[in-house]
Amino acid sequence: MLNAAIEVAFVLIAAALALNIYRLLVGPDTTDRILALDTLGINSIALLVLYGISSNSTAYFEVALLLALLGFVGTVALCKYLLRGDISE
Amino acid sequence: MSTATEFIISALIVLGALFVLLGSVGLARLPDFFMRLHGPTKATTMGVGATLLASAIYFSVQDSEGVSLHELAPLFFLFITAPVTAYLLAKAALHRRSDGRSSRQPAQASEHEPRQH
Repeated sequence: MLNAAIEVAFVLIAAALALNIYRLLVGPDTTDRILALDTLGINSIALLVLYGISSNSTAYFEVALLLALLGFVGTVALCKYLLRGDISE
Repeated sequence: MSTATEFIISALIVLGALFVLLGSVGLARLPDFFMRLHGPTKATTMGVGATLLASAIYFSVQDSEGVSLHELAPLFFLFITAPVTAYLLAKAALHRRSDGRSSRQPAQASEHEPRQH
């Protein structure tokens, strides 16, 4: 049951990643692309955690935390750039 | 692992993946940026939260070392940062819209301006 659930979840998250990439390519505005990139990062965390369950390894949580951190910092930096024209003030 | 635990973990995984997909469908299909902001910041956050919770339960049951709390760090981090991200993105989008730098805005502005003079 668990293996079947993981297979289904892999397919669903892959579809979600494809939709994110569609929004990343289409735009139309810069903020849409930033949002798509941020969502891509969050969805890849879900994919990574699922892969950790399926391979029965606890090595992926640090990677997930790192991805969450870098995604957040990147999104904040891009938003600050759009707002102020500069990242640090 | 008992059948009940396996069922709970499987349900959380499928539910989480469904919510992740739902958020991305919202991101791809909704017509306006401020509507699109809802999908990833709410549905996707809950989906990833459910997946991380399933992982926490799985490794707590699987290992004999006791409760696994590794997953809770990214979980809480995501739950704290998602509203901040949404707020900053909405602020940036509003800023661009009021500045007239949005991709749709310049065409409308150039149409309306000559009529006022």
